[in-house]
Amino acid sequence: MKLFCLSGHPTLPCNVLKFKSTMIMLDCGLDMTSTLSFLPLPLVQSPRLSNLPGWSLKDGNAFLDKELKECSGHVFVDSVPEFCLPETELIDLSTVDVILISNYHCMMALPYITEHTGFSGTVYATEPTVQIGRLLMEELVNFIERVPKAQSASLWKSKDIQRLLPSPLKDAVEASTWRRCYTMQEVNAALSKIRLVGYSQKIELFGAVQVTPLSSGYALGSSNWIIQSHYEKVSYVSGSSLLTTHPQPMDQASLKNSDVLVLTGLTQIPTANPDGMVGEFCSNLALTVRNGGNVLVPCYPSGVIYDLLECLYQYMDSAGLSSVPLYFISPVANSSLEFSQIFAEWLCHNKQSKVYLPEPPFPHAELIQTNKLKHYPSIHGDFSNDFRQPCVLFTGHPSLRFGDVVHFMELWGKSSLNTVIFTEPDFSYLEALAPYQPLAMKCIYCPIDTRLNFIQVSKLLKEVQPLHVVCPEQYTQPPPAQSHRTDLVIDCQPPATSYRRAEVLTLPFKRRYEKIEIMPELADSLVPMEIKPGISLATVSAVLYTKDNKHVLQPPPRPAQPTSSKKRKRVSDDVPDCKVLKPLLSGSIPVEQFVQTLEKHGFSDIKVEDTAKGHIVLLQEAETLIQLEEDSTHIICDNDEMLRVRLRDLVLKFLQKF
Amino acid sequence: MDHECSQLLPAVCAVLADPRQLVADDTCLEKLLDWFKMVTETESSLLLLQENPCLVELLSHVLKLPDVSPGVLAFSLRLAGIFAAQENCFQYLQQGELLTGFFGVARPLGQAAWAIPTIRSGWIQGLHSLAQHPSALCFLADHGAVDIIFSLQGDTSLFVASAAGQLLVHVLALLMEGRAEGHPCPQGDDWPTCAQKIVHHIEESLCSTDPSKVTQALNVLTTTFGRCQSPWTKILWEQLSPLVASLLEKDPVSAPHSLVDLLLCVARSPVLGSLDLRLWETAARALSCLGPTQAGPLALGVLKLQHCPEVLRTQAFGVLLQPLACVLKATAQAPGPPGLLDGTSDDSVMVDTLLSSKSSCAGLLCRTLAYLEELQPLPQRPSPWPQAPLLRAAVTILQLCDGSAAPTSSMGGRLCGTLAGCVRVQRAALDFLGTLSEGMGSQEQVTQVFAILLETLGSPDSSPTVLKKAFQAALRWLLSSSRTPGCSGLGPHMALFFPELFPVLQKRLCSPCWEVRDSALEFLTHLSRNWGGQADFKHVLLTSEVPELARQLLQDPESYVRASAVTTMGELSSRGLYTVPANPEHPEDQQSLLLEFLHILSVDSEGFPRRAVMQVFIEWLRGSHIDVAQDTEWFMATVLETVSQDLDWEVRAQGLELAMVFLSQMLGPLGPHCPYTVALPKASPPDLLPKVLAALCRVRLFEFAFRALFDCDRPVAQKSCDLLLFLKDKTIPYSSLWESGSTPNLESVEAALQKWQAGEQGQPLGDLEPEAVLATLRSIDLQGLRDTLAEGSDHVEKSPQSLLRDMLAMVGVLQKNQADCY
Repeated sequence: MKLFCLSGHPTLPCNVLKFKSTMIMLDCGLDMTSTLSFLPLPLVQSPRLSNLPGWSLKDGNAFLDKELKECSGHVFVDSVPEFCLPETELIDLSTVDVILISNYHCMMALPYITEHTGFSGTVYATEPTVQIGRLLMEELVNFIERVPKAQSASLWKSKDIQRLLPSPLKDAVEASTWRRCYTMQEVNAALSKIRLVGYSQKIELFGAVQVTPLSSGYALGSSNWIIQSHYEKVSYVSGSSLLTTHPQPMDQASLKNSDVLVLTGLTQIPTANPDGMVGEFCSNLALTVRNGGNVLVPCYPSGVIYDLLECLYQYMDSAGLSSVPLYFISPVANSSLEFSQIFAEWLCHNKQSKVYLPEPPFPHAELIQTNKLKHYPSIHGDFSNDFRQPCVLFTGHPSLRFGDVVHFMELWGKSSLNTVIFTEPDFSYLEALAPYQPLAMKCIYCPIDTRLNFIQVSKLLKEVQPLHVVCPEQYTQPPPAQSHRTDLVIDCQPPATSYRRAEVLTLPFKRRYEKIEIMPELADSLVPMEIKPGISLATVSAVLYTKDNKHVLQPPPRPAQPTSSKKRKRVSDDVPDCKVLKPLLSGSIPVEQFVQTLEKHGFSDIKVEDTAKGHIVLLQEAETLIQLEEDSTHIICDNDEMLRVRLRDLVLKFLQKF
Repeated sequence: MDHECSQLLPAVCAVLADPRQLVADDTCLEKLLDWFKMVTETESSLLLLQENPCLVELLSHVLKLPDVSPGVLAFSLRLAGIFAAQENCFQYLQQGELLTGFFGVARPLGQAAWAIPTIRSGWIQGLHSLAQHPSALCFLADHGAVDIIFSLQGDTSLFVASAAGQLLVHVLALLMEGRAEGHPCPQGDDWPTCAQKIVHHIEESLCSTDPSKVTQALNVLTTTFGRCQSPWTKILWEQLSPLVASLLEKDPVSAPHSLVDLLLCVARSPVLGSLDLRLWETAARALSCLGPTQAGPLALGVLKLQHCPEVLRTQAFGVLLQPLACVLKATAQAPGPPGLLDGTSDDSVMVDTLLSSKSSCAGLLCRTLAYLEELQPLPQRPSPWPQAPLLRAAVTILQLCDGSAAPTSSMGGRLCGTLAGCVRVQRAALDFLGTLSEGMGSQEQVTQVFAILLETLGSPDSSPTVLKKAFQAALRWLLSSSRTPGCSGLGPHMALFFPELFPVLQKRLCSPCWEVRDSALEFLTHLSRNWGGQADFKHVLLTSEVPELARQLLQDPESYVRASAVTTMGELSSRGLYTVPANPEHPEDQQSLLLEFLHILSVDSEGFPRRAVMQVFIEWLRGSHIDVAQDTEWFMATVLETVSQDLDWEVRAQGLELAMVFLSQMLGPLGPHCPYTVALPKASPPDLLPKVLAALCRVRLFEFAFRALFDCDRPVAQKSCDLLLFLKDKTIPYSSLWESGSTPNLESVEAALQKWQAGEQGQPLGDLEPEAVLATLRSIDLQGLRDTLAEGSDHVEKSPQSLLRDMLAMVGVLQKNQADCY
């Protein structure tokens, strides 16, 4: 069993599990932090961004000044943003049989894999994952395509040049493999390869393994996966949450008795408590709008935003801010808000029960109805007519490199009355803000990450008790900024096996059994013999047929009658020879009684020596040696076949035959 | 016993003796016993029994009856004990062998009855009451009661077991006290046989391998030494102390908690503790061999003792400080002064306890901090008090809790992981930090304290309870900083602290958690109360948005927050720290705080904000707040009218308090209540009185007060009574001087008063003339009313007659119900 690790990002995993001759890709995450190295794509022409000075080398060489621009002490690539793909060279991705998706954040690299590697398998995911994943991809494509940029920088990626660049460009991982965003056609083609599954549904893969998605409690339709054969069970835990938010609660019980548990997608901010962060979010929001300032929340169009809107639904009224408008701008805002209301079966019990009343499960329906929350596909059009200040505005993209958020950063950044509140934990907020410096607006960092923290993980592992845990290397050592926090690691016995990008792990686990069916008529012919109370044995002579990873024992064909017919002969050639087998022996030889028997049969001068594995009986006179071990007995005598046969018969007296 | 009770008693006894009559309410029997106890304390029990033969009949009847209810049997046991406490009555009862029947070793009560814990408890309590005289001691000895008490010490019912221990102590004391009177204290061998038996039993229990037996023995000794200070206890301790000391040689020590209690009890005893060297040795040994959890209480107890060897105190303080020393060592702090908390501690047991689990670590640190907090203000606290290392430890613990500490050692890292986000420890450390403010510290340390307080107050992860404690600690440190000698205005720390504090306070006032908003408002109130007069503070406050945010919280959805906001705004306004912001666009929107408060008073559905408004109004009237002083009569009339309709009695009572302030401002303060005040004119000058009365009539104070006189809530009526008596006291001497000859017409007033008394508060009262008021004041017996109100509302129900009647009535009701069933 092998694990090919194609991504080093702990929350955007992409691993391939080779299990019983099937190749299963676990998630297909796309690392978008690479976009932080690029200049933002403004929706409206920005004189500030378009007039940035080009960057030149220390020696004054300015050949890169078209590609690299200097902005408030940092160097950015002036080009269409590019993404860091999972490793494509480690294995031949066309051999991947299936891709299992655990949540909508972990499928963003799917078009790169399914459309450009010769992949011909199937992708499995739940319906909300596919629908919301589609929205995320659509938003991403839209954000990038609506600001066409002629230039595509590639000079700086050359290894020789890259090492001359300042950080973080210098340290960019495999910049040469970075790719531009996919197109909508590719997205549609990729999504067409997905087959929808429901929680606890068992899916057979080639008869070899069975995969089952389980609720992971993190997002709408998010799943963990069980991959099992008859005798082995691998659990894949990715992005799970034990907090009571909107999704169905996590199914922990089904993870029990795993041989291997692959653990990814823990919280990215292990020291922050989501409740405290929501409090911080509300307080800062109220402070800003009470002062007449606007609040900008860079976010994804689905996920935490649902919970935030629910919080604000209660908080705004109680804080006397009910007149402050909430805006949500995204090309997919409408679909996202509506989708969330129709996936009732994927929601937590509380929200499900609302559907039967019938009421919309999320209160943002009421916010929309009462005009407190308004959503727009972009800043163009209706939004500019309705726009009132102060307001709270949710928009993408959290990297601050593309999307409507770029416009509002430029617009509101100059006033200290306004505040930008970062709630998504995927990007370093300081790096995201770098091209907007100097910035007058207040910046608040309230990352809300509901995924498992280390305390919850250690409780989970204690409960489900997997034999081996495999996780990204980041989880086996404290975060670099808090090296003393030895509690911020996965603590389990035996210690977790860690992986990093481009590593191939041989999982510390050997398959020992295979299930084989016996045909009824063959089973009928067996004559079990009880060798110990409760244990019966029977010898089987049969033919093993293997097809589609299923093994069946069938009765052997009758010995072929000698015939002269050529045709007959050919048939019998196909049948394996069935020799008459010697009987099988079982039992153990008690040394003392054996020696007594030898003496009775006239052997004298017998010596017994104990060895590590059993005993050696020495017949000194006959110059013969009998080695008695747990699973073998050897009689060693010099060319005296008679003696050997005599001794053999004496040994056989102690053993059962069948 | 009065006649009525004597008449009711036979019927009650008959009810109790009748197994068919079930006394459903046990509390009746308890009350009955209390009453008999009270009666026998003043009267002769013998006489009581002779005059009321039904009582003895009841007791003998109960003994004979096979199916008496356990409740009544236990009651009878206790009753017999109460009567037999007097020796002559004991003899009287014993003539009929009644006491042998109840308390004898043959246990005529029967095994089935004995299995019921209530009966065993009744038996013990009866004996406890009975054992008061020499005859009782002989009785105990003759009937082998002591052996039963021994066995009951291990009873399955904790109440019975504890009572048995108490009884044993009582018997031992009685045996020894009776003997010792007038004689020199005998040595152990000369003690009464029964006392020797008890001591032998204790000795045996102390040597037992069963920890529960050891605990019983230690508890008996603790109670004995705690209760008796006679010389014989000294002999007892001398005899038993080697056995007690030997308990410490076992590993693990059995019954460590009881052992600590005993050692502390002996140490506190004036007869035993002060002289006994062996005791101090045992205590020292206990300190060194008990685990940190058990040694802590002993160390604290030792340090609280008035007289104790200095070596032991030092050892005890070392034990107490050890967990903190470990924390300091783990975080690799610079060593403190040599000795305590110097960072050289190397106790592996302590380290193990600290690191073994989150709960044990938190428990140990919380207890340690609580002990030190308790010790800090005591005069006998160790000296020199290690203020600086303690401050450092408190700050370090808080840093470990909020994750801001960055220790380099592996133990520090593990402590960090264990304590991160531990709210319990955070709260305890903040409490302790607050206590340490009494002792201050170096400039650098105080800066550190304010830094960690700011960090805690600003951290998104601080829970509401932690924030409350952090606010309290911050206030204590601010107060102690401002007490620094030579410090005028805001001290250097405060000048730095306030500008950083206000953004945090702003954020907290907007918290979605109401507890946080509430604590922030309380804190703000304290700040303005203490530093409202300081120009620097004023400047920081007024340049922040805090006052405006606080005002917005007057509309908070949570009533506690609204109440706190009212108090805060009242305080800010009194000190001139809040003025209504000018709104040139909408001048009509400007509303004074007074109007806003009046609005809350009349419409708020919850009591707390309304009470808070009244409190502010009382303060404003006392302090002549500008909004009130502008038109006090209008203010009073409006408030009293609103308050008179309030459903909350506290608000109505506060209305009367406000009226009282108003009255005393007009008529001068209450004279006789302040004997040391400078003599003021006893009453207002006669020429002022008509004006005052007219004003009081205009604000309809009398209608409010008279109405309150018949309020259904007693405190309101009492307050009103006091107010009217005060007024009567001030006005009556002069009333004849200016009253016209004609008698005012009181008919309408009296009619209204009667209606109000009958509960019809809706009845209006027309305009009152001052003359009518004076006449009404004269006509009502206010003093009599006050006396009636002063009696508890249950004074009738509490009487024994009422109790006896209730019991009979209850049975009567039961009978009726039974009849209904057929």
